Amino acid sequence: MELSETDREIINGDHGRAAADALQLVLKFAEAVGAPRLLPCASAHVDGCLYHGQASLDFVERFVALEGRVKVPTTLNVGSVDLIHPELFVGDSALGAAGKRLMEAHVELGCTPSFTCAPYQTLLRPRFGDQLAWAESNAIVFANSVIGARTNRYGDFIDLACALTGRVPDYGLHRSENRRAKAIVEIHGFDEAGPDQAGGLAVAAGLFTGKHCGDAIAAITGLPRSTSEDDLKALGAAAASSGSVAMFHAVGLTPEAPDLETATGGMDVPVAGRLGPLEVAEILSSLSTVKDDAALTTVALGTPHFSLTEFDRLMPMLDLAPFAVPIYVNTGRHEWERLCADGRAAILEKAGVTVVVDTCTYVTAIIRDLSGAVMTNSGKWAYYAPGNLGVDVAFGTLADTLHSAKAGRVVRA
Amino acid sequence: MSMRSLVHGKAEGTCLKLDDPLSFWGGFDSASGKVIDRFHPQHGACLSGKMLFMERGRGSSSGASVLAEAIRLGTAPAAIILIDEDAIIATGALVAQMLYGIDCPVIALRDRHEWQRLSALPRLSVEAGADLVVLTPPA
Repeated sequence: MELSETDREIINGDHGRAAADALQLVLKFAEAVGAPRLLPCASAHVDGCLYHGQASLDFVERFVALEGRVKVPTTLNVGSVDLIHPELFVGDSALGAAGKRLMEAHVELGCTPSFTCAPYQTLLRPRFGDQLAWAESNAIVFANSVIGARTNRYGDFIDLACALTGRVPDYGLHRSENRRAKAIVEIHGFDEAGPDQAGGLAVAAGLFTGKHCGDAIAAITGLPRSTSEDDLKALGAAAASSGSVAMFHAVGLTPEAPDLETATGGMDVPVAGRLGPLEVAEILSSLSTVKDDAALTTVALGTPHFSLTEFDRLMPMLDLAPFAVPIYVNTGRHEWERLCADGRAAILEKAGVTVVVDTCTYVTAIIRDLSGAVMTNSGKWAYYAPGNLGVDVAFGTLADTLHSAKAGRVVRA
Repeated sequence: MSMRSLVHGKAEGTCLKLDDPLSFWGGFDSASGKVIDRFHPQHGACLSGKMLFMERGRGSSSGASVLAEAIRLGTAPAAIILIDEDAIIATGALVAQMLYGIDCPVIALRDRHEWQRLSALPRLSVEAGADLVVLTPPA
């Protein structure tokens, strides 16, 4: 392992006891993954706020006791409870208390209390080429693919250790030669797709890429011009659910893929699949565990956390109110503050929409009635919730979910 | 390529080979030490104290937390013997060593035949350090 001047200072304790302690873990991790050196890290996104047992808490309390402070801007992923609306938590109270302490202890280390899985939306937007230590699968994919910043799939413990030292191991996606496409996914027949259809297509493309390309970076061709940044977010989140995807290229849309040749580095790479309207419809229908017309008890939106532009799309659809079933939307507390300030929070509440911040309806006990199917426009929610919550799910576009909320059953817009 | 120690330490136990990779998050219960992934071929098997042979890692990085918690509780495998390196498993074991001083060595064998051969033994002891990994069948 090549140690830099900074590394030696940290080891000597010049940057505090917590940094020295955390660097030992970063170095052992670097050795395990075969990284020859560490790099300076521009920011961290830490996914340590979901409580998985006493070890979760012991790790962060160790650095609180050593008076640690994060050395780079560090955002926090969702936790187990909505600290702004704690009354929404309907789970075990001891678990709720441990989860709450875990969130607070991270803040004591200087992490920003963002509690969002989408820190790239309003909060800490990395710049192209930044080296990051990010956790949370959708955020990792977004940072690499849509922004062109560089991070591996970091996660529990190592993300915080990098934040406390400001160092990240030099391997994998931190290096240019490992960021080229190794597979191609071709989409056809969607050139004229509108925004609602583009949203569904993005989810299907993501699920397909995750399943068939795994950790090989895919170059996706043929996505329509109407594909928004929110759609690319949904694509990445779906891909990281069905496979270990850390990065994709959307040719013509994402910064490291102005064209296919640049995305592949001029190499000949295999086509992993071709998706037309028929295949896309098939993939999306396989996400639902109930058929159209089935009774609904809830609509769940905002996985990953809803952006302000997604709220822009949602607001006019609230004209459909009253709704027959409750609608939950997860978002970040920074987005929530904006909604409160501009009066949209009140309109949402009046329409029967519950905005959930700091957490997500698929990881914790928030949704009160899980006796029937839940409808979502999120490929990630649809992928995980049946296992996490033991619930039936129906997938649809954003417009589908709102029309279904009104009808109280699965309908298509 | 030769075998590598990802997490150093000593351990001994009965060998148990998993037919499929297991995600510790969602697939393993740290309270009981059992496989709870209902789609896993060894659903219900107890991994506590075993020399666990698993081809490679799988699933969410939260698996590191679940493994560290199991090591704390004494329900974890005694050691984990992989074919390929895995950062999530290594992290969980490194953190448990750091917090609790309990070893759960993690080895990447990088050789499928050797991995198959060793996994068929009844018991194994392992001594893994930076320069040397020693795997010893019972005398």
